[in-house]
Amino acid sequence: MARMATSRHVAVSTIAAWLVGFLIFFPILWMVLASFKTELDAFAIPPKFLFFHWTTENYAAVQERSDYVHHALNSIIVAGGSTLIALLIAIPAAWSMAFSPTKRTKDVLLWMLSTKMMPPVGVLVPIYLIYRDFGLLDTLTGLVFILCLGNLPIVIWMLFTYFKEIPKDILEAARMDGATISRELVYVLTPMAVPGLASTLLLNLILAWNEAFWTLNLSTLQAAPLTVFIASYSSPEGLFWAKLSAASTLAIAPILVLGWFSQRQLVRGLTFGAVK
Amino acid sequence: MKNVHGALLGAAALLLSTPSLAQTALTIATVNNGDMIRMQGLTSDFTSKNPDITVKWVTLEENVLRQRVTTDIATKGGQFDVLTIGTYEVPIWAKKNWLVPLDKLGADYDVADLLPRIKDAVSVSGKLYAAPFYGESSMTMYRTDLFQKAGLTMPENPSWDFVISAAKKLTDKEAGVYGICLRGKAGWGENMAFLTAMANSYGARWFDEKWVPQFDKPEWKKTLATYVDLMKEAGPPGASSNGFNENLALFNAGKCAMWIDATVAASFVTNPKDSTVADKVGFALAPNAGLGKNANWLWAWNLAIPAGSKKVEAAEKFIAWATGKDYAKLVASKEGWANVPPGTRTSLYQNPDYLKVAPFAKLTLASIDAADPNKPTVQPVPYVGVQYAAIPEFQGIGTSVGQQFSAALSGSTSVDAALSAAQASTEREMKRAGYIK
Repeated sequence: MARMATSRHVAVSTIAAWLVGFLIFFPILWMVLASFKTELDAFAIPPKFLFFHWTTENYAAVQERSDYVHHALNSIIVAGGSTLIALLIAIPAAWSMAFSPTKRTKDVLLWMLSTKMMPPVGVLVPIYLIYRDFGLLDTLTGLVFILCLGNLPIVIWMLFTYFKEIPKDILEAARMDGATISRELVYVLTPMAVPGLASTLLLNLILAWNEAFWTLNLSTLQAAPLTVFIASYSSPEGLFWAKLSAASTLAIAPILVLGWFSQRQLVRGLTFGAVK
Repeated sequence: MKNVHGALLGAAALLLSTPSLAQTALTIATVNNGDMIRMQGLTSDFTSKNPDITVKWVTLEENVLRQRVTTDIATKGGQFDVLTIGTYEVPIWAKKNWLVPLDKLGADYDVADLLPRIKDAVSVSGKLYAAPFYGESSMTMYRTDLFQKAGLTMPENPSWDFVISAAKKLTDKEAGVYGICLRGKAGWGENMAFLTAMANSYGARWFDEKWVPQFDKPEWKKTLATYVDLMKEAGPPGASSNGFNENLALFNAGKCAMWIDATVAASFVTNPKDSTVADKVGFALAPNAGLGKNANWLWAWNLAIPAGSKKVEAAEKFIAWATGKDYAKLVASKEGWANVPPGTRTSLYQNPDYLKVAPFAKLTLASIDAADPNKPTVQPVPYVGVQYAAIPEFQGIGTSVGQQFSAALSGSTSVDAALSAAQASTEREMKRAGYIK
């Protein structure tokens, strides 16, 4: 009897989990479906779910009009570059704050986070002027730099939280054995923090991939990533939903695949230290 | 290995033997709409005539483009050589000396052929600061079959009273047909474009001659109350989130008996590829309230050159090509007369080939002629612009008022409360900007 109740409970929670999962995934599914519709079907009222004339004409139109590979490569360079540089800066910063805190460490952390509280548009003009004078407008270097700066507070905070969970004694033992600071960081701390590092890396990669404000404002052609590619298909006057959906599907495809394959790491990292 | 060396030497020789052409690369910022995309597809015609110029396109959504281009021009960033801007920006930017006056577009450009209203909208002190690429007004589109069935006849110049009573009569909520579809989505270029034009027809104005906001006057109350009542009784559900595209989809799906919106929609609703009611659409002027002004706006997308550009000569050549008389012929030869960008040149409306494929052409021209950006409403106003006031603060003020009016439509606030909130927020902003004390 108890077993029956348990299996019923499992079945109900499984169905509920699938339902919630489906609801969360639905907007993406709808976008993918819309990308295979004609513009008329994409706007049909009532909406057509599966029974419509399937077509790949939108993908062909998008390919013809835009250089997807150019934008995708830019996205990979900008998201990957900014994430790696942010990690290189954040690991030593988080390490020093986690293992050698001072009485001002908390203030420093809060100050870092406070930079994320200002809307970016507030500093658009000064940043634009600096970029203009340094010749960084529409360059990959410029985008990597701004996204790295933008995400650095979050990366440091996440790593700080993970590092704090690592027992100090292990690092002390390494030092007793004569490990230098760099060896301690590379051979002791980093391997222990792999789940945390992996999830920080992935989250930062996703944030940088999706970042639209700076990438739209500081790039024109050469450095334009996929956000610019998507923005070129949106229109307040004209039916472009199907083409926009095709462009969006193409834009999220790489990061979706990456997220799919690394979800185990991501979940493990995000729940790291949550249960003691 | 020998082969590789040979190939490299060959490539080097080829590079050295190529005559070096001084190429000017133009970067053109534009919006994503059918006419602009078509222009991109026809770029090769321009580059073949001007082999020393290459063209690169940056296409962005309207609001993104506006922000992007404004930042660049205000900081003299120099990222663009030709800008696509609206009639709202032209007078403001020209007065700030942000635009190059377009007085060297060539002898055969024929400035006199530009429609007078559109030419006025892109000129400051008689000088052209942008060249119109396509122009539009607004008009009433209606379903001829539904009107016939109900025994109604749409006059060419309908009154609001007629439109309101017809909308109520034609509404059949059970069948999913609504008497009228109008913009409700908040935004200075969305619901406020329509509502400002409607208010003009009811004699309302944004500001009096001393820049004092006028939302506390009876004309605005009449406008907003009429609009909200009409939409509640004869509009589609969830109208407060409907913009141009949503209404276009509703109309094309046969859900609206009438739709008052941009004249450019006429070619969409009559295109059988996009519309289920393509052969059942009639056109009339935007309604009036008997005060001598119809509820129609005036808008054009224009090409302009930012001041400080180092490629002015090449940019002028491009603008002369894209907005000149021959461009219409080029589009017609490749994609037919129906796809020629409308609303900029008198000659297009005298062309029998165009008139044959565009049954809405006469009304589009009449609508454009009826909208005067220098005298948009019944009473005098200190601003230029029909459905907007061409001052830099208007984008913010217009959107804030639009949010109040959208809330009144959705029922989350009353008409009176929305008007007093609009009055208060506009007064505050105008004081802050120094227009009033």
